[in-house]
Amino acid sequence: MQSEMVELKGHIIDSLTLPKILDEVMNLGGGFEILEMKVGQRRQDPSHARIKISAPSRPELEVILARIKQQGALPVVEKEAVLTMADRDGAFPEGFYCTTHLQTFIHYQGQWIEVENPEMDCGVVIDSETRKASTLPMHRVKKGQFIVMGYQGVRVIPQERSPDRNVFEFMASSVSSEKPKGVLIREIANQIREAKRRGGKVLWVAGPALVHTGAGEHLVRMIQAGFVDVLFAGNALAAHDIEQALFGTSLGVSLEMGMPAVEGHEHHVRAINLIRRMGGIRKAVQQGILNSGIMYQCVRHHVDFVLAGSVRDDGPLPDVITDMVMAQDEMRKRIAGVEVCLMIATALHSIATGNLLPARVKTICIDINPAVVTKLADRGSFQAIGLVTDVEPFLRALWNCLKQSDDLTSAA
Amino acid sequence: MCPPDYYGIKYEINPWMNMRYQADPKLAKEQWEKLYDLLKNKVAVNVELIKPVEGLPDMIFTANAGLAFERRFILASFRHTQRQGESPHFRMWFEKRGYQVHILPQDLFFEGAGDGLFLGENLFAGYRIRSDIRAHGIISEFLEKRVLSLELVDDRFYHLDTCFCPLDHERALYYPLAFDEYGRQVIEQFVPNPLPVSDADALRFGCNAVVIQKHVVLHQGCEELKALLRDEGFTVHELDLSEFLKAGGSAKCLTLRIE
Repeated sequence: MQSEMVELKGHIIDSLTLPKILDEVMNLGGGFEILEMKVGQRRQDPSHARIKISAPSRPELEVILARIKQQGALPVVEKEAVLTMADRDGAFPEGFYCTTHLQTFIHYQGQWIEVENPEMDCGVVIDSETRKASTLPMHRVKKGQFIVMGYQGVRVIPQERSPDRNVFEFMASSVSSEKPKGVLIREIANQIREAKRRGGKVLWVAGPALVHTGAGEHLVRMIQAGFVDVLFAGNALAAHDIEQALFGTSLGVSLEMGMPAVEGHEHHVRAINLIRRMGGIRKAVQQGILNSGIMYQCVRHHVDFVLAGSVRDDGPLPDVITDMVMAQDEMRKRIAGVEVCLMIATALHSIATGNLLPARVKTICIDINPAVVTKLADRGSFQAIGLVTDVEPFLRALWNCLKQSDDLTSAA
Repeated sequence: MCPPDYYGIKYEINPWMNMRYQADPKLAKEQWEKLYDLLKNKVAVNVELIKPVEGLPDMIFTANAGLAFERRFILASFRHTQRQGESPHFRMWFEKRGYQVHILPQDLFFEGAGDGLFLGENLFAGYRIRSDIRAHGIISEFLEKRVLSLELVDDRFYHLDTCFCPLDHERALYYPLAFDEYGRQVIEQFVPNPLPVSDADALRFGCNAVVIQKHVVLHQGCEELKALLRDEGFTVHELDLSEFLKAGGSAKCLTLRIE
């Protein structure tokens, strides 16, 4: 479908020019959408219309446009984007265009070019040599780069609800603990499978509650089955996962017995210390010291992980990135190709990840706290759903769904 | 009006013109003078003249010079280069007489009173063959009047004044087949009493008539139309304008209402 915006001004109603044009468009096999219509108040006042004309192909559209031009409908002159050279490193020129997470195009040198790596709250940089546009986070601005200014020549494509009735989108409408979980979880499993089938990636953002509640074993199985491509987490998840691998406890509570272990509160500190002595998680795996759990499986199955630190961390583990700007950039590098993102039991990392993702990524937010789910799912995307539920039963059920298809495919 | 000193068929810019059928200069002069005389003496209207210019044979068709309204004059912008040379002369003429002259943007065509006719509170304006519909918006703003745009669909009726003729605030002659369905609807809606003209009379430029109060001046031989006009209470004056039909014009084209 090709389309163009046209403008029409004059006594277009009294002269029947407007209906004539619309009839003409239809007769020539095109379609129209009246985007704006202002009717003149007094008899001598002109009326004004802005209409989007579409046709199956560009040549057909050109025929229509040529015909309606004679009737006074002219293509809206699309202005070029205004560019300014950054005058310093690390900050945009004032008045820079600030991005959303939606698909965006820039009108540059007569063409609409798509902005790569859509991400909200960034600027847009244009490389005049390659004629490519991409988002640019504030800290990475370099003096001399061409930055898009203002709103001129920028087109943002709003998200469209898909035409098929989709439980995913239906459920996106509200946050409540009272939703049919079984259906939803099946649908989530579907989305994951479909993404993998298309060659897309699945990104998991996980909080330590995953380990505390004993849900780690489900995530392990999903890693083994290939349903985890990227993992974002913090020091706590990794530390308690390693604590479990080494001591069988998480936060000192035995996951087998459900009871605090003797001097259990020290276990995670000892676990972190051991990994620090070994020089990192990968080294610990290589040495055979760490041989189970989520982090172990990530190393074994080449799951890309980023551990971003925070001010409360114990240790931290050597693999944890403590420079926040660097952590963001490492996360950004891994966004490309992600189609589905599950955010589980962590407000902090989920918000950070949500800020980096393009609107098109289907995000599923799971937390036992409705406030967290509301905050995350409320990003204004049809592609975000929230579930208020306990992590462990959720992951158990999700694995059951994914496992079924896995059995089927391996049987085939 | 403009005397036909340099008139002839020197090019072909409408379907009526054919350089093989030249106008007879002597006959043309006689016919023009009869029209001038009729208007000045019989109809008793004041007629002013503009000096003809060599190399501008169609300058006699002063209707296309522009559109005059209450001491304001919208200068025509000709589609064909052959007539574009006329504009500076018309501009000077109106400026000298103290009219506020308005020039349209360069890329827009508008061929004056040939494509713009007042009826009641509205200006009916033709477009597509010679004039651009986009000029209508600008004219509307300038005159502070509603402009009803009518697409001309028959190349033989290439100016609105060849197929549409206001008689007074309520009545107008028109040739239905020169317009499309939309145009006919607009005419039927905004002209209280539209009077259709037959094929035969239309092809004799019956619609290209000069109307001054109850007087109607037109090319001879439009029998049905003559009868209709008389029934409607008009005094019909017939003239032989054969030499001008050869250029695609008749009585109305040869005149421009300036007041």
